[in-house]
Amino acid sequence: MNQEINRETAEQAYRYMLTARKLDERLAQLYRAGDIFGGVFLGKGQEALSVSVGMVLRKGDVYAPLIRDGAGRLAFGETVLDALRNCLGSPLGPMRARDGNVHRGRPREGSMAMISHLGASISVVNGALMAKRMKGESGFIGAACIGEGATSTGAFHEALNQAAIEKLPLLLVVANNQYAYSTPTTMQFACEKLTDKAVGYGVTAHEVDGTNLESCWNTLQQAAQKARNGEGPQLIVAELLRLCGHGEHDDAHYVTDDMKQSKVGKDCMEQARSLLISQYDFSIEELQAWEAATLKDINQSITTVKQEGGPDPYTHNWNPLATRELSEQPIGTAN
Amino acid sequence: MSITYLEAIREAQAYLLKNDPSVYIYGQDVGAFGGAFKATKNLAAEFPGRVIDAPISEDAMIGSAVGAAIEGLRPIIEVQFADFSTVGFNQMVNQAATLFWRTEVPCPITLRLPSGGTSGGGPFHSQCLESIYAHFPGLIVCTPATVEDAYSMLIESVTLDDPVVFCEHKYLYFHLKAESLPQEALPIGKARIAREGRDMTIVTYSAMVHECLEAAKEMAQDGIQIEVVDLRTVKPIDTDTIIASVARTGRLLCVAEEWPWGGVNAEVISRVVAEGFNLLDAPPQRINAKDTPVPYHPRLWSVHRPTAQSIVAASRHLLRI
Repeated sequence: MNQEINRETAEQAYRYMLTARKLDERLAQLYRAGDIFGGVFLGKGQEALSVSVGMVLRKGDVYAPLIRDGAGRLAFGETVLDALRNCLGSPLGPMRARDGNVHRGRPREGSMAMISHLGASISVVNGALMAKRMKGESGFIGAACIGEGATSTGAFHEALNQAAIEKLPLLLVVANNQYAYSTPTTMQFACEKLTDKAVGYGVTAHEVDGTNLESCWNTLQQAAQKARNGEGPQLIVAELLRLCGHGEHDDAHYVTDDMKQSKVGKDCMEQARSLLISQYDFSIEELQAWEAATLKDINQSITTVKQEGGPDPYTHNWNPLATRELSEQPIGTAN
Repeated sequence: MSITYLEAIREAQAYLLKNDPSVYIYGQDVGAFGGAFKATKNLAAEFPGRVIDAPISEDAMIGSAVGAAIEGLRPIIEVQFADFSTVGFNQMVNQAATLFWRTEVPCPITLRLPSGGTSGGGPFHSQCLESIYAHFPGLIVCTPATVEDAYSMLIESVTLDDPVVFCEHKYLYFHLKAESLPQEALPIGKARIAREGRDMTIVTYSAMVHECLEAAKEMAQDGIQIEVVDLRTVKPIDTDTIIASVARTGRLLCVAEEWPWGGVNAEVISRVVAEGFNLLDAPPQRINAKDTPVPYHPRLWSVHRPTAQSIVAASRHLLRI
């Protein structure tokens, strides 16, 4: 059912966004405190789009989030504990410390674990959708999330074309956050708008203001309904600005003041907060209470995960194969 | 009745489609057309909806196979020529090969690579890529040399819960024949003694097995008995069978059609030297294709890859006769 955003869903969406933002802020602090190995990549400024994708999906759908999709992951069912375990390298996390930060998922539950190669997840979602169709399932959709940078890859081209040929119920969600690391859009594509690319593949395109929760929500609902109705892949391009560095190691000095002051530079959290207060009559106190509750939950999870410690390299199972007897490095050999 | 190597591959796929509803085939021209080499001849008609034409998009073909495997299916991806699999390399080595390690979700996909040189094939329809795939953890790499192995190893490949690179040799497609399909077979991961001998061991695989057997036959006329080990699988390598053979013969020659740098020959020699140095009566030797792109003209190609003649020469050198 196509559903306009309402008081209930707006609250739910906002609370996921809030948790994602607060979790990001805590991760940044942990990074600066030296508690995190490798990088930290935040979704600041992309929560409205991300949560709208996560919430439009149902159990049985397929979801391939990218690095700035903390809000969408939560909406699709990820726990704060899972996220933290992955970021802090707990062996109890979904990737058991074998992969970190945003590289996480539970594929059996429909949540794909991204590899670092951009655009590579799109065809994986396609394959899952083809498989569901072959198995006789119906009513499902899949969403693959990318940034504008990934639209320059061969993987994007091949996968969108493949989805179009197979008429797959794919939502291909492009967060045009204006910079791929430091590369501006002028050096990424030469078409006027990214939705122009849809024409070449014969797919429907949707443009949306990625800073506005209401717009993102409604656009994703419409696109998902089309996909579920058998109208084939839907390309959704959201205009927004990454309100942080590529990772926390990056001060994003290359983002111009003009860009920050422009329409895309608005913070979707601020806008969502205004929406809840002015349109849906929530009080500032209620919003503050949610924030306190989510922070408490996050902090408790951090304590839990820190107590779990890291993996033990000497008892770790170093077998890379499901067929254990074919592993060239069986357990117990010197290495 | 006789059956070719190519027909065995077709029959294996028919068997798999018939006996396992989770199997499907995806690749360019595999549908009604039956594949560039006819390895899927009539299968689309026999198994509607399960033999699917793909666009010329190796990356998306292999990526989609990973997604389908996560959903519990067992895709067979036919790449038209092994050479073109480099376009989808990323999905195989980074997506498929890492999936189980990262998530504990198995990735049972089989990548069929029509490999190796044929007369007139040229630089981009002749490559042997087994070693670059074998380099990546998480993959199994099969290199069948016989009709029987083409059949049984393809069936086992699809049955395994890991991604398999199945390097089938185009040179063997049509002229290699067997009387019937096998009822039983060695498992993947086990090498085979293709010919017994006491004077030296040749370790080889795929089409080179036949060049080596021919060389061994010629050497036998001089009373030299060469043992030929057919690896069958290059990842994992059956080191035990190799070492046991070298223990019997004391001499090792490795023969592969792929390029020399790194690769299966280097790996085998490294293992024998590390684990069986004291078994060797002479320095181990290897023969590979020349370190150039594969030439187009049959006269150039005829000396580019190892042949029975060059294997005989290398054997004589190794035996100092």
